[in-house]
Amino acid sequence: MSAKTGVGAPVLRKEDFRFITGKGQYTDDINRQDQAYAYFLRSPHAHANIKKLDISAAQKAPGVLGVLTGDDLAADKIGGLICGWMIHNKDGSPMKAGAHPALAQGKVRYVGDHVAVVIADTYAQAKDAAEKIIVDYQVLPAVVDMNKAKSAGAIHDVAPDNVVYDWHLGDKAATDAAFSKAKHVTKIDLVNNRLIPNAMEPRAAIGDFDSGTGVYTLYTTSQNPHVARLVLSAFVGIAPEHKLRVIAPDVGGGFGSKIFIYAEETVCVWASKKVGRPVKWTADRTEAFLSDAHGRDHISHAELALDDKGKILGLRVKTKANLGAYLSTFSSCVPTYLYAPLLSGQYDIPAIYAEVEGIYTTTAPVDAYRGAGRPEATFLIERIIEKAARETGSDPAMFRRKNFIKSFPHQTPVIMAYDTGNYTASLDLALEMADYKNFAKRKKDSAKNGKLRGIGFSAYIEACGIAPSAAVGSLGAGVGLWESAEIRVNPVGTVEVLTGSHSHGQGHETTFAQLVADRLGIDIDSVAVVHGDTDKVQFGMGTYGSRSGAVGMSAIVKAVDKVIAKGKKVAAYALEAAEKDIQFKDGRFSVAGTDKSLAFGEVALQAYIAHKFNGQDLEPGLKEGAFYDPTNFTFPSGVHICEVEIDPDTGTTDIVKWTAVDDFGNVINPMIVEGQVHGGIAQGVGQALLEGAHYNADGQLVTASYMDYTMPRADDLPSFDVGMTNTPCTTNPLGIKGCGEAGAIAAPPAVINAITDAVGHEDVPMPATPYAVWQACQKGARKLAAE
Amino acid sequence: MASVTLTVNGKQVTATVDPRTLLAQFLRENLHLTGTHVGCDTSQCGACVVHVNGRAVKSCTTLAVSCDGASVTTIEGIGTPDNLHPMQTAFRENHGLQCGFCTPGMIMSAIDIVNRKGNKLDEHTIREELEGNICRCTGYHNIVKAVAQGAAAMK
Repeated sequence: MSAKTGVGAPVLRKEDFRFITGKGQYTDDINRQDQAYAYFLRSPHAHANIKKLDISAAQKAPGVLGVLTGDDLAADKIGGLICGWMIHNKDGSPMKAGAHPALAQGKVRYVGDHVAVVIADTYAQAKDAAEKIIVDYQVLPAVVDMNKAKSAGAIHDVAPDNVVYDWHLGDKAATDAAFSKAKHVTKIDLVNNRLIPNAMEPRAAIGDFDSGTGVYTLYTTSQNPHVARLVLSAFVGIAPEHKLRVIAPDVGGGFGSKIFIYAEETVCVWASKKVGRPVKWTADRTEAFLSDAHGRDHISHAELALDDKGKILGLRVKTKANLGAYLSTFSSCVPTYLYAPLLSGQYDIPAIYAEVEGIYTTTAPVDAYRGAGRPEATFLIERIIEKAARETGSDPAMFRRKNFIKSFPHQTPVIMAYDTGNYTASLDLALEMADYKNFAKRKKDSAKNGKLRGIGFSAYIEACGIAPSAAVGSLGAGVGLWESAEIRVNPVGTVEVLTGSHSHGQGHETTFAQLVADRLGIDIDSVAVVHGDTDKVQFGMGTYGSRSGAVGMSAIVKAVDKVIAKGKKVAAYALEAAEKDIQFKDGRFSVAGTDKSLAFGEVALQAYIAHKFNGQDLEPGLKEGAFYDPTNFTFPSGVHICEVEIDPDTGTTDIVKWTAVDDFGNVINPMIVEGQVHGGIAQGVGQALLEGAHYNADGQLVTASYMDYTMPRADDLPSFDVGMTNTPCTTNPLGIKGCGEAGAIAAPPAVINAITDAVGHEDVPMPATPYAVWQACQKGARKLAAE
Repeated sequence: MASVTLTVNGKQVTATVDPRTLLAQFLRENLHLTGTHVGCDTSQCGACVVHVNGRAVKSCTTLAVSCDGASVTTIEGIGTPDNLHPMQTAFRENHGLQCGFCTPGMIMSAIDIVNRKGNKLDEHTIREELEGNICRCTGYHNIVKAVAQGAAAMK
């Protein structure tokens, strides 16, 4: 195996050629013969009863093939969209989930909710016709503020106080006891700002019903096409799985927002049979802002109990989580089981108690966005740790070091059992790379120029490799979270890797090929990766939660091991030796102690021609599959240090240095891993400085285009110094932990800790826009003057 | 309906279009040149950047008829997998793309930056000049490196 393309090498990406030459095939690039176009009429109101819906004029408009409504869905017995994770209240009762029809049935619950769909020969005709639909709305009060939601009037009848669940985790009595012994208690109130994922490719779908075979095909922008098929078959009831093919071709970014099964995709595939033509829909950007599942949106109060030596005794957390108007596919687990189990961070905390209320509001559904619950947990723990260090006069690095978990495995009081880690090693390297010891001098130099300099730490942990099926099942998940792989060896020894993971930027066509080529000792160009088509890959759970390496690749190596085992049997016949004497190394099967050997490709040929063995004793062919179910989550961790310089006159924050040290365990391709870190940090900095979804009191989304919602641009960001430590994961065969979300998890508290350090007080909101920072500077100046 | 004649990637095309047809739409739907992407419809994200008479233009907010008689170059017109433009090579060698959706617009903008600013570009200039192109995947770190390398290689 060439060292240039083996595991650990920064191999350039195989998939790049089509993307850099404009030959990628994204969903909107696909066109089906005779395809029609869908346009969705969306609610202009946050909350309203539909008294009357008159579609007659639209039906007669030029080019219109059909106008479909919630009544048509009901008549066809098409079920509602589902939430796949049951959360139980403190008292053991189940959460209150309202129905979620793909097209409104009598009521709309957020601006952008789907009222009707018009299907026409052209998109322009469909859009024009939608203006002829007459809707008589009885407007109801919008419910935007989580703090007022309980008395604002029910959005769903099943939840009269708009509380979906009132959930808790941890030991309340033990935590209360820890606080009763505390010498110091640090308290903090935090808002984790609402974000809109904004993958650059808007969501799109083509539904295509073949009346000859009775098979539906859905081309869609999905991170997990098999899960989409499962939901559309088993729950929505479009067609049984063998009559529904879901293809997720090239997908232009996901960040969580393309995990979910949405109304538009559902309607397009259903409507293709209704109108007898393929139906295409592509979101414009404002539709994406309105209807993609949003992320974050927590209000929290937290308290940290310390003893007289600054050791943490306990943590108490109370969080309100906005779930939007409907429960999206995995929304319920994000502020519960993906959040509270991470509240121990990297710290040895003897007692933790967390309470979370999930709240319905008349806003877009909120679900997983890069990190999903873990950024919220990390923001909380890293902000309160920083504040505690400041209040007790401790150096923030020293304070963290003192409280780090130092022996493994470590059982936290909130479910998680960390298998391994070396938090001190990441901190040491980060301090050195950031030149922390000379920070005070840099701060003085900035002050001479009238600038405020600050430094902020974030020592994050995340739980990736989602997840052991039995464990998530016991916590309420409706699915298992294993992954599948199949290795098909062709007679000439080239290999197809079929994976249930899905690549939408992660570079699986390169990294998975790197792994398989390395293991089989063949050329990387002899390996092709196949994904994203339910007709090709038998099943898979898809890509999210940094699971494709830890879970998806583990399934691949399991299948590769089976191929090698079968190859040894074939080689034993071909080389006329005992199977136990066959060794496989560097792409050759050889007989131990002899010079007899066959290359991998030669054995593949022998397997297919089956001349040297009896096909009854050994099956011909060389193809193996595997399902890998992890035994634990993986726990990537690291330390990010952000250094900022603020102009107090303008409130502008300049990130002057970013140091990232991450421990992802073993790495397949460091170039791709670093790219994931860069992108994650950019999204985290976006949350900290720029991005915020804002609904006004009427429930109108006022940040619904790139002219209103501030995306990070090249001139908002610095280059990043990325370092790595390696403590291999002990619970999967590759020692991989996962890298996809780390930056987005680590970055926000690092930025806010740096800004609060610079301005000298804790009162800085996210996003810390220039106006917010300017206000914080004014307050800081007043505080200094008063002292 | 209106008639429009363009030279696209060196080939002359004439078509009758609805006057409200956007250049991006015309390229994608009439000519099947789907490398030009539409990411925002408001001239903000730059996924749709093409060159019109040698200058970078956001094709999602340009009417096709307004380009009558013009010469248009798209991502498909600058290089092929076997014969890449130096800027395409630079994006690949520097891992300047992940999902690839913004990439055609980034590359077209990058070439335009070099055409206007020359072959020696510092990081600050590149970052300022990329203001009109949004990437959600890379954090720009590797795009900036790619543009610098591509610029030097275009000499």
